[in-house]
Order: sequence, then structure tokens, then C-alpha cells
Amino acid sequence: MTLNSTLEGKIAFITGGTRGIGWATAKLFACKGATIILNSISDESVLHARVEELQTKFGVKCDSFSYDVGDREAVKECYAAIFKRFKRLDILVNNAGVLNSSLLGMITSENIDHTINTNVKGMLYNMQSASRLMTRNHSGSIINLSSIMGRFGAEGQTVYAGSKAAVIGMSCSAAKELAAQNIRVNVVAPGFIDTEMANEIPPEKFQERIESIKMNRIGTPDEVANVIYFFASDLSTYVTGQVLGVDGGMVI
Amino acid sequence: MDNSQQLKEAFSKSLELDIKDITDDLAYSVNKQWDSIRHMNLVAEIEDLFDIMMDTEDIIDMSSFAKTKEILGKYDVKFDT
Repeated sequence: MTLNSTLEGKIAFITGGTRGIGWATAKLFACKGATIILNSISDESVLHARVEELQTKFGVKCDSFSYDVGDREAVKECYAAIFKRFKRLDILVNNAGVLNSSLLGMITSENIDHTINTNVKGMLYNMQSASRLMTRNHSGSIINLSSIMGRFGAEGQTVYAGSKAAVIGMSCSAAKELAAQNIRVNVVAPGFIDTEMANEIPPEKFQERIESIKMNRIGTPDEVANVIYFFASDLSTYVTGQVLGVDGGMVI
Repeated sequence: MDNSQQLKEAFSKSLELDIKDITDDLAYSVNKQWDSIRHMNLVAEIEDLFDIMMDTEDIIDMSSFAKTKEILGKYDVKFDT
């Protein structure tokens, strides 16, 4: 039996794709031959530079859409455009997310709305539209990014942890609903990963986190991308509705 | 084959109904074959057939064969009256 572990011929859409885990995933997928569609809300020039880099380095087709994943109309327009340009979608990596730390008594309405709009509604809108494109081909893989905090919580992260727990619930439901269409939905729950988000925390907290990790080091975006790739590829054709932690043994 | 006949065939295939049972009053959830799972298959079939992508609100409103034709008018799919 030969395993097809490349992504050649596959169309992959990665939200929040210009930095951190999203960008590491985009590079890995491009290296494996997928056509890459990137989304980001950041500066369009950054998005275009990323697209150019993928095309030059890996010789793959690449496209991009700059929009806020929490904007339902923008999501609809994006998927209509994907449909027009590519006629199909094989992989969605629902990665875009925000983290705003606040202790319970100091959480603002703006923080709640912004976090829920991006991390919960945004993920739901993208799953909804992606699954419709995937239904046409009776196949597809959706990988939703949660967090170790979505499973176990953390001080100062009530809103973020709540939004990431919602990702797990939504994903399990969608996995049950879409399995009959041969569309798989899985969750990757990173622990402490070397991204801009991690570098924003104070040095003493940073050290505290490292000490809580059994492998005694921070993870890299590439290590998370490898797990996302597993779920995206044919290596996991019989796996759906699973939550896989990538946390160096932070929680065992 | 005209659009009406093509649409009937899409319904017949997706809902696993005989083509003669596809009439204007065929309604979602009234006919047991037209359940929520088959509804989404039907949407995919229709979108493929007419090369369109429907809004979620229109998918929810697609409650009968007649209503489906009306909704498809918004996407420039014409039916003989």
C-alpha cells in the first residue's frame, strides 16, 4: 500500500496565514505541493509579500484574501471568489485568532466581542462556507486551531479559554455532521509556542510557563504545522472529531 | 434539456425520489426523503449544476421545489413559466 502524503492537487485555505503557526503551515503545505490561499487582516503588502515568497520558493499557485474572519459578509464573498477561481476546496486551516489577557473582574465588553467574533464566529463562518465547497466533492479536511487553554483554562484567560473551548465543541459537532460527506474535522490544541503571542507575556511568566512543560522548552510553529499537516493529508483519512495537543507534555 | 428539467433531475438524484414525484408542491421535511442531510446534498447538486454559490439565507428558505425555482431566479437561473 502506498500512502499519498503529498498535497499535490489540493487547494488549501489558511486563515491568519501570514505569521506564526499559519505561516509555518503555509510553507509546509506549499513544500508538499498544495495550492495555497492565504487570509490575513494585516497590512495587504505583507500578505502579498507572503504570496510572492511561496510562489518563488516553492513554485506553487497562490492567492490571498484580506478580510476580518469575523465579518460574515466578507467571508461569504471570499468563498464565492474561491469557488469562481478554483471550483473546489480540499483543506481549511482555521487558524486566525486573537488573545486579549484580562483577569475576570477586568474583562471589557470590547474584549469579549472582539475575541468571540474572531475566535468563535470567525471559525464558524469559515467552517460553514468551506464545508459547502467540500460537500460538492464529498471530501475535505478542516483543521481548527484551539489551545491548551481551551481544555484546561489559565489565569487571566477566561475569554480566550472560553472561545477556544467553543472551538472544540463546534468541531466535534461539525465532525459528526460532516463525516457522512467524507469531510473530516479535527482540532489542534497548541501549548506554549514561539509566536508573537507568546513573546508578549512578561519574562517571569514566560519562565514559569517553560517550567510547566515536561520537555522543558517552548514549541516552534513548525512543530504545530507538522501536526496540522497530518490532519490535512491522506495520512489521517480515518481520523475525525479529535483534539490533539501539541504542548511538549505541558498537560499529561 | 431546459433548466426546469435539469432541476427536477437534481432533486430526484439528491432526494432519491422518482422524477414524477418532483412537483412544485414538493416540500422540505413534509416529504420524508427531503431531510436536512439530503437538503445539503441538494444544495451542492444545484450549485454544481448552475455554477453558483447560494447565500445561507437562501439555503434556509429553500422550502419547496417552487420556492427553489423562485430563489434561483436571484442567481439568473431562468425557468419557463
